Amino acid sequence: MVELALPKNSRVRTGKTWPRPEGATNLKQFQIYRWNPDDGENPRVDTYWVDLDTCGPMVLDALIKIKNEIDPTLTFRRSCREGICGSCAMNIGGINTLACIHGIDEVPGKIVKIYPLPHMPVVKDLIPDLTHFYAQHASIMPWLETKTQRPEKEWRQSIEDRKKLDGLYECVMCASCSTSCPSYWWNGDRYLGPAALLHAYRWIIDSRDEATGERLDDLEDPFKLYRCHTIMNCAKTCPKGLNPAKAIAEIKKMMVERQL
Amino acid sequence: MADVNRGDRPLSPHISIYRLQLNSVTSILNRITGNALLVGAFLLVWWLIAAASGAAYFATVDAILTSVIGDLVMVGSLWALWYHTLGGVRHLIWDTGRALEVATADRLGWAIILGSVVMTVLTLLVIV
Repeated sequence: MVELALPKNSRVRTGKTWPRPEGATNLKQFQIYRWNPDDGENPRVDTYWVDLDTCGPMVLDALIKIKNEIDPTLTFRRSCREGICGSCAMNIGGINTLACIHGIDEVPGKIVKIYPLPHMPVVKDLIPDLTHFYAQHASIMPWLETKTQRPEKEWRQSIEDRKKLDGLYECVMCASCSTSCPSYWWNGDRYLGPAALLHAYRWIIDSRDEATGERLDDLEDPFKLYRCHTIMNCAKTCPKGLNPAKAIAEIKKMMVERQL
Repeated sequence: MADVNRGDRPLSPHISIYRLQLNSVTSILNRITGNALLVGAFLLVWWLIAAASGAAYFATVDAILTSVIGDLVMVGSLWALWYHTLGGVRHLIWDTGRALEVATADRLGWAIILGSVVMTVLTLLVIV
């Protein structure tokens, strides 16, 4: 259901302004969403000042600097710092992306505003609960399903068939796309969302997979697949440059084609 | 599916913080124009019923629908009709799996915005 306003416990209040570092000349203002599960308060937005002359170029560098030097309670996920683990997905400057590969200078405007991925339950600060997102991914059977006798060695695939997986297999499941999608915001309980559907398509068109029919049957549902209205926020925001909207369109095409 | 609200977790902000995109704005406009056209269609039917029910009632309704506000609503409906039609064509193209690259989709977005304005002006030149 479309609900534009946030629930009462989720309304964001103005938070604390942390002191500016002394002697710095190249300051950048960061406004960061905070929520602490232990204090019973509503979420708030804290203001931090970061000296860009002593900070790395990426938004993640600034977050780590804030945690190290200003406020050790600031909580976020991060791991690989090179856009391959998908841990540091968050909403930066109004779009979802990975903090580690998003330059501070890429954020438009004077202030860098950072929120958790949109329309998700918050565990703490910038950490969303992705349990449901992962469960949806698991529901599309993200593995090779086969019925014929297992070959002696590996399952073979031609170069052309392997090429069909390009632009799909690179997904790191950061959830940026699904949480950028208004349809997923309003119907995320039943709509699988762009990430899970991109993965579904990745297995549907895999030449080695032998459960294409069952996979399409499972998606033939007014909500799971057809809540996609081609808004395309997913493709625009994907930090890996993938196109879930196109993958979903291909699934919809296959649904029609198999009726013929 | 899964238990996602342990400990009364807040919902993170969404529409209030997400930057407007050309693709999302043209998408919601397609819905808004579609719904607005329903209202426009009712007004038109009202006008036709008035015409069928007698000169006196028609004069009243016609005066309302051809007043300045009535003209604005009808020109708005005309634009909405063109926008929704072009938006529908864009969806038909997308349904064939084409033009879904982000840059192409954005060009189509500008095309339906500009196209709807141009077609509205052309239609007005023909019918007024």
